[in-house]
Amino acid sequence: MTLEAMNRRRFLHLTGGAAAGAAMIAAGVGLTAAPRGAWALSLESLDAHQGATLLKVARHVFPHDTLDDVYYAGVVQSLDGKAAADADVAAALADGVKALDTATSVPWLDLSDGYQLRILEGPGETLLHTVKGDAVVSLYNNPLVWRHFGYEGPSAQHGGYMNRGFDDLNWLPDPDEQASPPSA
Amino acid sequence: MAKFDNNDDSVVVVIGSGAGGGTLANELCQKGIKVVLLEAGKHHTIADFINDEWNAFGQLSWLDKRTTSGTWRVAKDFPGLPAWICKAVGGSTTHWAGASLRFQEHEFRVRTEYGDVEGASLLDWPIGLADLEPWYAKAEDKMGVTRTNGIPGLPGNNNFKVMWNGAKRLGYKEVHTGRMAINSRPRDGRGACQQLGFCFQGCKTGAKWSTLYTEIPKAEATGNLDLRPESQALTVTHNDQRLVDGVVYAAADGSQHRQAARAVCVAGNSFESPRLLLNSASAKFPDGLANSSGQVGRNYMRHMTGSVYATFDKPVNMYRGTTMAGIISDESVNDPSRGFVGGYEMETLSIGLPFMAAFLDPGAYGSLFTDAMDRYDHMAGMWLVGEDMPQESNAVTLHPTEKDQHGLPVPNVHFDDHPNDIAMRSHAYRQGSAVYDAVGAIRNYEVPPYPSTHNLGTNRMSADPTRGVVNQWGQAHDVKNLFVSDGSVFTTGAAENPTLTIVALAIRQADYIANEMNRQML
Repeated sequence: MTLEAMNRRRFLHLTGGAAAGAAMIAAGVGLTAAPRGAWALSLESLDAHQGATLLKVARHVFPHDTLDDVYYAGVVQSLDGKAAADADVAAALADGVKALDTATSVPWLDLSDGYQLRILEGPGETLLHTVKGDAVVSLYNNPLVWRHFGYEGPSAQHGGYMNRGFDDLNWLPDPDEQASPPSA
Repeated sequence: MAKFDNNDDSVVVVIGSGAGGGTLANELCQKGIKVVLLEAGKHHTIADFINDEWNAFGQLSWLDKRTTSGTWRVAKDFPGLPAWICKAVGGSTTHWAGASLRFQEHEFRVRTEYGDVEGASLLDWPIGLADLEPWYAKAEDKMGVTRTNGIPGLPGNNNFKVMWNGAKRLGYKEVHTGRMAINSRPRDGRGACQQLGFCFQGCKTGAKWSTLYTEIPKAEATGNLDLRPESQALTVTHNDQRLVDGVVYAAADGSQHRQAARAVCVAGNSFESPRLLLNSASAKFPDGLANSSGQVGRNYMRHMTGSVYATFDKPVNMYRGTTMAGIISDESVNDPSRGFVGGYEMETLSIGLPFMAAFLDPGAYGSLFTDAMDRYDHMAGMWLVGEDMPQESNAVTLHPTEKDQHGLPVPNVHFDDHPNDIAMRSHAYRQGSAVYDAVGAIRNYEVPPYPSTHNLGTNRMSADPTRGVVNQWGQAHDVKNLFVSDGSVFTTGAAENPTLTIVALAIRQADYIANEMNRQML
């Protein structure tokens, strides 16, 4: 386990509430940027249908239209890692996917987005919270996703933001020098 | 660094190395007093700090088991994490934002000023602003607070530009980049702020004051400090004369040791300090050490807090630069015509994308949430911090069954908002939103309080020994050689960030302890 994963696991265990879900893991997401569709999920515990279903669930939970599936695949990979390590989690995820698929006579993935969401918030609610608890970290803590949202992250290695736009906002007047003195 | 014998009962044992304990230890050492400084956390260096929110959180935070109860939302969203504070040498001065404001004169006598507020256990401090002013001056000089001692203010970042313009258009007058214990120019052997944007994750330039690399090395240089990291105090022991005489602590390997002491100063923050006193109950002190008043652990305050984030049609990139160098102070007055007593400060705040996901609306999902996240780089933010009402029922107590890794009961933290807290927060949300609306906000987000960073009041200072735990010097009413040296001594919370006051009180307390030792009273 990486230090990163351990810290997150510990936090998620501690929080355990609505924010992060109970004891879900956000394992390191070893994906690299790739053109749309040019990636493949290699799953250890989940089958391909479960993987595809969970990816769509993650999209419903945190819908970002311009964010490619590859980033949501990171959530599936995180859940898969947890399922591989813990049979209870694997069973819970399998049950959750089954609950979605048996809610109507049509397989959940074949339903319209509106039907999918209604089922997810009904018989799929437990799964929704499980995926949400994982994705709030495994989706948004991915440095490639940061770039998509315009968050530049760590700055110490670049000498901070002092010369990299900390005060480059130009659509409002600059504050007076008493309120905001010039830098050294 | 000095190494004192565990049986050396001439040492003062200070528990906790943050703003209170770290400062107190240095001040005592400078006066020639031998100090054993017990710190539960590890001894990191600036080089160890990480510009990454989750990793830094895992590195610095106090993550030992705690439980919560009450109607506060933290108990639902983060039931095992009532506070976002640190377990490390330097304590929460590794994590703090640097805002260093003096209390206002009336905030030391709020029972008199506000009158009887139903459900609140308000009490006047046994000291006033005039008593503390010389110590505030020493603290500001020590910490290098901007806009004091001829130190220029920090340059405003993008987040401040939005705040300043909105505030001015709204008619607010007191708006600037704050009084910050962050070097705007090199000072005291530390460099100037380089606008990293990771103040909360441990300052990698050392521009922000932290006891880790100011007070503690200065204390070590005297030869009077024995710093023991990864040494968690478990109980404070006492003799037949009802004087404390030592501290039992657990070392990194779990082995237990006892350090003898001439005096003991507890500075473990408002959860661990009362917990330590309660866990030190004995036949002579059946309700906990220094708890004849029954006030140990009571009157827990966490400040009225909340945040407003707003989205705009043009970029802000609020995360670049000093996190909290921006303040509007106009609402910090006591003006009951607003529908509440006390006041609040509005301070710039940003969190990175990972923490925004966790804290914007904990537990939320769907397009309302992701619309906000999609505009992260077009977002400005502020923190609202105001005086909350002390209530006896808001309390740190020992959990009846849950135990920590050393077999001691974990603390439970119970909190309910007082009606005054809700009225103030509502007003603050509205005013914060108005600031952003004045510069064209698309949408404002009222963000609930994070796990508490300002933890106060659980060993409060009182003139009357039946109403509080310590006297005006932080000296226990019940035990004359036992002191409390952190924010838990605050009688009331005031509107201002507490660290400067903790440091001023610690410097003042060191002076008192040294004098009492000279007089053979300790």
